[in-house]
Amino acid sequence: MMVTVTINDTAIEVEENTSVLTAATQLGVKIPTLCYNEHLSVHGGCRMCMVEDTGTGRLVPACSTIVTDGLVVDTESKNAVEARRFIAALLLSRASDSPEIQELASELGLDPNSPDLDPVSNYLLNRRPEREYTKCILCSLCVRACAEIPERHAISVSGRGMARKVVTPFLKISEMCIGCGSCAYVCPTDAILIEEAD
Amino acid sequence: MDQMSLLVCGGTGCTSNGSLEIRTALEQELARRGLAQDVKVVTTGCNGMCGRGPILVAQPEGVFFHSVAPEDVPELVEAYVIGGKPPARLLYTEEQRGPVIPKMSEVPFYAKQQLIALSNRGIIDPENLEEYIGRDGYQALSRVLTTMTEEEVIDEVTRSGLRGRGGAGFPTGRKWAFARAAVGNPKYVICNADEGDPGAFMDRSIVESDPHAVIEGMAIGGYAIGASEAFVYIRGEYPLALARLNLAIEQARTYGLLGENILGTDFSFDIKVSVGAGAFVCGEETSLIASLEGRMPEPRVKPPFPAQSGYMGKPTNINNVETWANIRHIILRGAEWFSSIGSETSKGTKVFSLVGKVNNTGLVEVPMGITLREIVFDIGGGIPDGKKFKAVQSGGPSGGCLPESKLDTPVDYESLTKAGSIMGSGGLIVMDETTCMVEVARYFVAFTQEESCGKCTPCREGTKHMLDILTAITEGRGEEGDIEILKTMARNIKATSLCGLGQTAPNPVLTTIRYFRDEYEAHIREKRCPSGVCKPLISYTIDKEACTGCRACAISCPVTCITGERKLPHVIDQTQCIKCGMCFDVCNFNAVRVE
Repeated sequence: MMVTVTINDTAIEVEENTSVLTAATQLGVKIPTLCYNEHLSVHGGCRMCMVEDTGTGRLVPACSTIVTDGLVVDTESKNAVEARRFIAALLLSRASDSPEIQELASELGLDPNSPDLDPVSNYLLNRRPEREYTKCILCSLCVRACAEIPERHAISVSGRGMARKVVTPFLKISEMCIGCGSCAYVCPTDAILIEEAD
Repeated sequence: MDQMSLLVCGGTGCTSNGSLEIRTALEQELARRGLAQDVKVVTTGCNGMCGRGPILVAQPEGVFFHSVAPEDVPELVEAYVIGGKPPARLLYTEEQRGPVIPKMSEVPFYAKQQLIALSNRGIIDPENLEEYIGRDGYQALSRVLTTMTEEEVIDEVTRSGLRGRGGAGFPTGRKWAFARAAVGNPKYVICNADEGDPGAFMDRSIVESDPHAVIEGMAIGGYAIGASEAFVYIRGEYPLALARLNLAIEQARTYGLLGENILGTDFSFDIKVSVGAGAFVCGEETSLIASLEGRMPEPRVKPPFPAQSGYMGKPTNINNVETWANIRHIILRGAEWFSSIGSETSKGTKVFSLVGKVNNTGLVEVPMGITLREIVFDIGGGIPDGKKFKAVQSGGPSGGCLPESKLDTPVDYESLTKAGSIMGSGGLIVMDETTCMVEVARYFVAFTQEESCGKCTPCREGTKHMLDILTAITEGRGEEGDIEILKTMARNIKATSLCGLGQTAPNPVLTTIRYFRDEYEAHIREKRCPSGVCKPLISYTIDKEACTGCRACAISCPVTCITGERKLPHVIDQTQCIKCGMCFDVCNFNAVRVE
């Protein structure tokens, strides 16, 4: 069955069970993503792809929102743009030295040195307390790639909240790892390094 | 004449205050006087007035004794059981003054309550199935299985207007109808007993005082949606509730009320108990299901809802303990009766755990629509020590703090949301004038930040930034503009978080800014904590005029930084003071000042 969705005033017919993100891509509408990969299961955790459901006025993640017939979406509403900038600033506050996140933030108009920076972004980029250095933004693409492509389950997420980390079981060299490099390949911030072992 | 029964409260509060020793002392004393056959001693579930435990109720007269100690037992037996005159000092009085109120039904704490979910509390022995059956137990299940179709059951629950008591308030009947209509086999029923809010104990108390009511509700729900397997997901920190639940399930199986072909019908239904490890996020239903399946508890995007794809990908219906405990009453007394109680949009009653700066702390069940003022002042007996009320927080750590001006808000889902708070699962924390509202916001954000699973960016990173800012404000490092930053952050975190935890975590911040903005401003601009709570912003000094030189403060000071001769004014060494407030608490002459 086909359903109709309207994205930024343009209607499109798509197959049932299509995500807003896929429909938008078909229309050529670009929505930034980080934890999404079309070959892996949907995570819906990074919240980078928030768009506005005009009907309810609520923000929804484009990657994991399934199109229902008659859905109207605005990807450029004031709230959606503000929300995506907020998420980008949060991720930059975490992985401030990551060139990939810096570039994404810049595309969304976030410049840490701009005098016009809004107070929240200014806090997140310039005033926040220093944190431990990390490039990992916890998008879990690596965990899903490992579980779903070579099906090795060599890494997983451990801990909660800010203590959340991607780790091998018991922090030891994982016997399940076959060194395929899928995890490093999908990592959007180059946080995983592959080393040649003897 | 009816036989006298002495009902000893066996809830968690009273047992930790020694109620089981009272029971033993009572039995020994009665045996010593040869009354063991004439007077029955029963351990019941929680009576609700936990702050006055251990509690003892004598039936049939309904005399209410509180704060009973084992030493009181001989006098109690002598004066009351034999003499018929209850010792006045064990009876209730308002704030330890005024006339004694001997009867439980006349104690104001109980007078305004209306019991449905807790209707058996303090009356039956929760470990005795026959006592439950004696109070119409399993009659609703029997009626459902023998005289009602599945649709009729769902219709009855829908018409009753019952809404989920776990927090979100979704209509229970509609939830059941979705699960019934969902394609998939088998289907599952889950009871969410993972009560994780600090200071909340509604669900624990229901399971402890009436476990069969939960089991019966679940079996009825299972019949209605077409499920024969069920789970209770219960907090590991609730040993007594867990023990009583396991015992009750075992009893129900023995009596053929759980298992194959219940009451000789075609309906089979059984319950497994799963113990949670104390993650707050497990209160969110998709996280709970993940945990039940042995995975890391993390919410996932909805839809699909659990009714479509829940436990093991099968249609699953989750309700909270209190919701399940209401079901049998709706079946027995009818949807019309239930919907006649409560307000326009919120039907029936709600159980609240009333805690904090209030005279009668404990568990209360009140009709929806009652005002916060009635709960805090009439049932709760007001604020102790003559202090002034400042705020009441409803709905647990992600609820909002409502001020005096909102005390006449009726307690229903919509009114609380409109005021900036939530019904939540039913925590009510009362705060007096000595509470700093910025510190309260900081405390609750620290809790939700700690409990955030970390899956989604705004909840994980955003709550941490809010916590950093709030901490800075309470330490005197707040900057002009921080309030607006907090407000904008809070709005964005609410709008973008994946599950209810992040979507509601900013509520305490938003409501304290909305109603107590002056306190934030005093911290930021004047580097002053008006309530005298935030340690970096306060100092203790001794008023020379008022000090009598009694040395009480100097003796109690843990860092011995108070000096002075006896009968002469004392002085606090500010460089050594750790601001613990001991001197303030022990001074009988109001000579210690907080600035």
